[in-house]
Parts: sequence; C-alpha cells; structure tokens
Amino acid sequence: MMGLFPQIIFSLLTLLAFGLFVKKINEIRSAILLGKATFLNDKPLQRWKNVFLLALGQKKMFRNPIVALLHLIIYIGFIIINIELIEIILDGLMGTHRILSKPLGNYYSLFINCFEILAFLVTIVCILFLVRRNILKIKRFVSKDLNGWPRTDANYILIAEIILMSLFLLMNAADTNYQFIISSKISPWLHGNTADTLYLIEKSAWWLHILGIYAFMNYLPYSKHLHIILAFPNAYYAPLIPKGVMHNMPAIQNEVLYAMQPELAPSDALAPESFGAKEATELSWKNLMEAYSCSECGRCSTACPATSTGKLLSPRKIMMATRDRIETISKNIQQNKQFISDGKTLLHDYISVEELRACTTCNACVEECPISISPLDIIMELRRSLVMEQSNAPQEWNGMFSNIENNFAPWKFAPDDRDAWTKQV
Amino acid sequence: MKVLTMAEMAANGEQPEILFWVGCAGSFDQRAQKITKAFATILDKAGIRYAILGKEESCTGDPARRAGNEFMFQMMAYQNIQILNGYQIKKIVTTCPHCFNTLKNEYPALGGNYDVIHHTQFLEELIASGKIKILDSNEWKGKSITYHDSCYLGRANEIYEAPRKVLESLDMELREMKRCKSKGLCCGAGGAQMFKEEEKGDKRINTERADEAIETKSDFVASACPFCNTMLTDGIKNRDEDMNTSVLDIAEIIEKAIQ
Repeated sequence: MMGLFPQIIFSLLTLLAFGLFVKKINEIRSAILLGKATFLNDKPLQRWKNVFLLALGQKKMFRNPIVALLHLIIYIGFIIINIELIEIILDGLMGTHRILSKPLGNYYSLFINCFEILAFLVTIVCILFLVRRNILKIKRFVSKDLNGWPRTDANYILIAEIILMSLFLLMNAADTNYQFIISSKISPWLHGNTADTLYLIEKSAWWLHILGIYAFMNYLPYSKHLHIILAFPNAYYAPLIPKGVMHNMPAIQNEVLYAMQPELAPSDALAPESFGAKEATELSWKNLMEAYSCSECGRCSTACPATSTGKLLSPRKIMMATRDRIETISKNIQQNKQFISDGKTLLHDYISVEELRACTTCNACVEECPISISPLDIIMELRRSLVMEQSNAPQEWNGMFSNIENNFAPWKFAPDDRDAWTKQV
Repeated sequence: MKVLTMAEMAANGEQPEILFWVGCAGSFDQRAQKITKAFATILDKAGIRYAILGKEESCTGDPARRAGNEFMFQMMAYQNIQILNGYQIKKIVTTCPHCFNTLKNEYPALGGNYDVIHHTQFLEELIASGKIKILDSNEWKGKSITYHDSCYLGRANEIYEAPRKVLESLDMELREMKRCKSKGLCCGAGGAQMFKEEEKGDKRINTERADEAIETKSDFVASACPFCNTMLTDGIKNRDEDMNTSVLDIAEIIEKAIQ
C-alpha cells in the first residue's frame, strides 16, 4: 500500500495543477469575451501563414538577429524539453522509472541528450537575459513602465527557468544507471555519495522539477509570460489589411448617410449606445486578447516617437493598463456576479488624456510588435470616445474641426482660393 | 500652362487619364503649393491628360478621423465620394500620403473605389516608361541626399522603394538615416498632431528627426509628404539657422531635372 502512496499524491497534484490552470484560462477567456464582437475569420490560409511566420517562426523577432537567436533557443528548449514531461508524468502516475527507455531503445539516450543540450543552452541564455535586464542599462528594460511587479515578474520567469533546467540536469546526473551528455559532466560532483543518497537526490530533483513545472504553469496566466500561449491566436487574428486603415464605424457612416439622404433612413433606426471606448469592455475582444498576449518587451515604446522624446505616452503601457483594467473588471464580475461600478474607467483612470494626445499614429509600435499587437487601435478607440462622447479635444483641434466643417480644409482659408495656385503656373 | 478642373473637362465631355488630388496642404500652404506646382508641371511635360477637382475638392477627413472625430470624417468622405463618383473617377494621383491612405484604404468601405497612387509611384512609372526623361547633366548629379519615409506611405502602405528609385535615377548619392524604411522615425505631424501643439516632453519629434537627417551630412533632405516637409524644415531650422540642408519634395527635385 505504501508503494502506491507517491502515485496517489502525484495523481492528485497533477489533477489539481491542470484543474487550476484550466480554471484560470477559462477566466481569461471570459474576460477577453467581455470585449465587443469583431469578425476576424476571413482568409484562413493567410491567417495560418501568420501563425507559422509570426508565432512559430518568430519572423519579426529577427529584426534584431542576436536577441532573436537567444529567444529562439529558450523557445525551442521550452517546446522540446516539454516532450520529456510525457515520460515524467507517466512515471509519476504509474510509479515507474524512465518508462520510455525500453520502448525507445537506443533512441532514448539520443532524446535525453538532445533535451540536456537544450536545457544547458536555455540555462545559459536565461543567465544572459538576467544580465541584460538587470545589469546592462537597456532603455526598454530600465523604463518606468516596468517599475514594481512587471520587472519582478520578468526576473521570476528567468530564475524559474534556470531552476527547472538545473533540477532536470541534476536528476539525470544522480541517476547512476545512465550516462547523458551534459549531466555526466555534473556526476563527478556527486561522487562520494552513497547509492541511497544519490537515489534521494534523484527523487528529490524529480519531484521538485515536476512540481516546479506545475507551479510555473499556474503562474503563467498571471504573468507577461502568457504570450507563449496567446501569441498563436494573436497571430491568427492579426489584421490582414494595410496598417494605414482605421476601422470604419458603420453606425456613424449610416447616421451621416441618413442625414444627407433622409429617404434612405429606416423608420426604426436605433441610435448606437456609445462611440469609441471609454471602458475596456468597449474595446473589441481582439484588443483585449492583445493585452493578455503582450510580453511587455517594450519594442513598441523604443520605436515610438512620443516615448523616445520624453512624452508621457508609452504604447507598452497602453497594453499593460488595458490588461490591468480588464483583469479588475473580470474579478469584479466573479465576486459580484455582475459588474459593480468601482468608479473607474480605462480612459482617465488607467490611461490619461495626455498620453492619448501624444500619439502621431505613425504605426511604429504596430510594426515593431513581434506578435502583431496594435496599441494604436486602442489609442484610437479611446480618442474617439474622448472627442465624440466627451467633446474633449484641445482648443486647436476644435478650431481644426470647425475649419473642416466650414472651409473644407483644416486651416481657415477661403474655399474659393483652393485652386488659386493654378493661376501661378 | 493651363490646369483643367474636372468640371471643365466634363463640360467638354472629356474624361482625364488621372485625377490629381491636390489636398489641403498642397492647395493652401505656401510651401506645399510649390510642390503642387512642380508636380503639375511634370504632368504637363509628360503629356498626361489630368484634371483637378479645384473648388470641388474638400479635406478627405483624415485629420478629423485621427483626432477621433468620426462624424466629421464621414461627412467629408460622403461629400468627396459623391463628387468623385459623380465624375466617374477611376484613377487618382496625390502628392499627400495622408490623402493617399484615406482615398485608397478608407474610402472603399464607404463606396468610393478608385485606383489611387502616390506621386512618387507615378513618377517612378513616368521615368520607367520614358514619358519623362532625366537630363544627363541635371543639377542634382553627384549631390548627396537622404530620404525621409513618411509614415503613411511607408509603414501604413509599405511603399519604400518607389521614392528611392526615383532619387536613384538622378545619379544622386542616397544616404540612409539611422532609422529608415519600416524603422523610419515619424516627423511628428501625423495623427492630427500637425494641428496642435506637441505634448510636453524632453525634445520635439521633428528636432529628433532633423538631427538624424543632419547626421547623414547630406546636401539635401528629400520628403514625399507636405507635412513631413514642414516639420523637417522647422526641425533643421532649429539646429541650423542658415538652413545648409534644404528639404525638398521629390516632385520638386524631378521637376528641375527634366527637359
């Protein structure tokens, strides 16, 4: 009976880990679906191509080849080493030891050797990334956007990966029945230990490794690291139109049409409830998914002309603020069964007017994002709400609007002079 | 040289090969008018049968839309599309990347479908087809130039090569700025910023871009957008009152290099 005890504990922990993970993922899914509907299922072939190029192929990361290569190592390591989890989980559930070594025969060592090489490389890269983040003064990492939790979050992830990889290697090193390519270099440090101690080291490393993986899995949804999952749907739903296009507002288009041609107006035309977005729930679900997908890398803000000239606006902060807001709303709904106003809105309380006013709509942030997030889309939706719902525009813009209305140009010139230049050629 | 309006052409029962959309800056701004005149001169020399809308042209609505005023945008778009469709316009060329983007990408959803090209693309075509001939001994030969990508031409519509090819046809030495093409830095005017004071920060965006242009030590800075032109001219003036580096539109450069 005692023999079954570890298996039962393991099974329960596995169930708990996956159960909690699925629960949180469902909560995030519901939070994303609080956003407005938008249709993004056209041209599936082109969309799958984006999944392969942007998410799987990390094409845009290669705008900076060295960092891209380092990131790729962690990424491939992450995916491939996780194959080993199949064996670890099977062993845990069945109470076996290296259950796949028999069926795989000679290939088994080959597999584990590959995992070990990757584990070693991932460890090195994680150390390099820790140095980059904390010692080298790289602008996008020292940025105030990351003050507090976000900076800690990034470091936790790197440290967790180093620990997990080390445990994996230590576990193999303590297993005297096998000789693998990297762990065999660690084994000599363990010499002098009795077989029992080695067994204890191996078992401890095994347990800590898998429990660490479970903990990490459940940490993901609270972390910027969620991008490893959401990068895929995000790439699938990436826009397939030129970046210059601002999405149309059919409600307003119709209103203008009916004003100009009243005969076309249906008798039961309803006025739309609101224009643009003041609250996160008035953004599209795509905007909200992007907020959860953001890995806070800051490439957008480095390229942003406003951020880089010291304006308050930072596109990365726009995404982080949107995620914070929708998380708060989602928690509020879970606790109260419906949203009970907390007296706050995304616009004003999370993102200020000054930030929105600084955007030049240059698309540099959109261009730079490795997974095609558009902070610009959110900025524009908030600007629409500011101007159309709250009539909140700088004096000069109000002047520009009235010039367009009365003089058909943003400046106050006589419309009759529009072709005056033709008399000078 | 006579510039015909659509109304005049239609009165004679004629249809132009292409409509030249002048834009508000090109029509009213003194500096941008020079670009308009240069481009009209090129069209004339190339023997293109073109027309302008003249007094019937209105703002496309771009600055209103980017500022958040969708109502104003839709009003302007409605008026312009009525007029363009009324004249059965098929092809449009414009010297303004903002007008270009709106006409090309945003009017189709509202019932305005036209083949829209930017003047740098049109110039590239005119040179390639031999409709305009670059003089062997043009005044730009051997001079150095740096080209500033307009966001609405570049990232927004991925037109990076046409303007560069036009400049290369002049035997000029094209020097790239630190940030160019898809990484190009905005001049600071887009998103209706042209019509308001910049938000507070450590530096003006146009000064930042002017510094990058000056760093290339080029004789000239080429632009392809009337707003970039203004912003860069101001930015360079801030750093160098004598304006040793002048900012010219690609149309102005070409106009002086053809017969």
